[in-house]
Amino acid sequence: MSKIIGRALKKDDFVEMPDDHIIICRCEEITKGEIRRAIYEGMYTMNEIKRYLRVGMGLCQGQTCNKLVKAIVAKELGLDMKDIEIPIPRSPARPIAMKAYADDGYMR
Amino acid sequence: MINAEVIIVGGGVIGSSIAHYLAKNKVDVLVLEKNDIGSGASSRNGGGIRQSARDLREMPLAIHAVKNLWPYLSEELGVDVEYHQKGNLRLAKNNQHLKVLEKIVEHGQSVGLDLKMIDGDQVKELCPFVSHEVIGASYCATDGHGNPMTTTLGFYKRARELGARFITGESVKSLIIKKGKISGVKTLENIYEAPIVIVASGLESRSIANTAGIDLPMQKVMLEALITEDQSPMFSQMIGTAASDFYGHQTEHGSFVFGGMTGLEPFDSQEENAVTRNIAAPSICRAILGYFPFFENVKIIRTWSGFLDEMVDHVPVISKVEEVPGLILACGFSGHGYGISPAVGQLIAQMIVEGQPSISLEAFKYDRFKPRV
Repeated sequence: MSKIIGRALKKDDFVEMPDDHIIICRCEEITKGEIRRAIYEGMYTMNEIKRYLRVGMGLCQGQTCNKLVKAIVAKELGLDMKDIEIPIPRSPARPIAMKAYADDGYMR
Repeated sequence: MINAEVIIVGGGVIGSSIAHYLAKNKVDVLVLEKNDIGSGASSRNGGGIRQSARDLREMPLAIHAVKNLWPYLSEELGVDVEYHQKGNLRLAKNNQHLKVLEKIVEHGQSVGLDLKMIDGDQVKELCPFVSHEVIGASYCATDGHGNPMTTTLGFYKRARELGARFITGESVKSLIIKKGKISGVKTLENIYEAPIVIVASGLESRSIANTAGIDLPMQKVMLEALITEDQSPMFSQMIGTAASDFYGHQTEHGSFVFGGMTGLEPFDSQEENAVTRNIAAPSICRAILGYFPFFENVKIIRTWSGFLDEMVDHVPVISKVEEVPGLILACGFSGHGYGISPAVGQLIAQMIVEGQPSISLEAFKYDRFKPRV
């Protein structure tokens, strides 16, 4: 069961940070600043950030950046890392060519 | 106890769209969502924005959305919804397929839709990657596609900026009725009060409506989708087939999103959660390769599944409930709610603010379902 989260607007304006230019999601080239701004705009869960920015939707499927994004969410929302759910992992674990995927033995 | 003028149950594309148009009209609105924003069918669909092959009852909403809302939506929400109006091709490989399409075309033309049959060569001109087995298609130039995830979150973001309140992780269990009128909702832990409650909770709408004594002939149907690695721009149309074995399009960042079903639904897919099945992705791959041999070495990087809230007549319920003043249902979109979501939000907001929607919603009444004899 998800935790109850109020989505009230932040009272203060978004504040830029000196390290906002650092790339967090390498596959999709998404920076720390973009993730921080998405959280400011109301994307409070890792699934929402993923759907909003494409973080973790590239070739590695978030295997590299999930932890980094989690740390940013924890800091921005004042949460404990262990209370933040990572996005739902998706099959296949590694990219598979369509002709190999199609060949599951049902149609020969 | 928290009070609002309107409570919306469900933070999907429909609930968020309604919240946006209500907040724009300065209505005090509270959205209660069980999971996170857009976690159900709103983020689990092919992104088609089409008028063609719709039930005639839905046509006025689809035509209005395509003409008056979608072209300006990114600007209105301040989020790129990746709307592209590059046409919809429904492909045919044999005469039986052509017959199916001819009916769809006749149907669409009867309400003035720019929909026509084209031959195999014309298909190749529009989309050079199709197999030589394709002998024709229906083509609707004003159809298109968008990004359902940024659309849903865009409605949410803008509604929030305009003053709509959202609470996630709040699972609505029942409606509260006092003196014959709606007075609010009960969640697992809290009670929220409002004189108007809109149920836009997809599949869950049925059990929630049940608590007010209203039942809907709705069932759960699974669909699955697969995402390819990025490709350079290949074609921009939304693709479907007369055989309905797959559909899809290329997204703005280069991946293709292809959706489909195995043909065994809904009987083999009644799981509680949407979990991908071993048989689905291979079957969708075979369907795609049958029309686009080019994709054989293109890699799949991700698959996902979701549930449709399918009504018995495949048309949604968008309706006030007469027995329970203050209760409004917006559910049962049957797998094609995304394309009309801006229109549904706008019309329900008009229903509440102006007393009447600018396009009639009579065809979507909750009590239209009658036994056959």
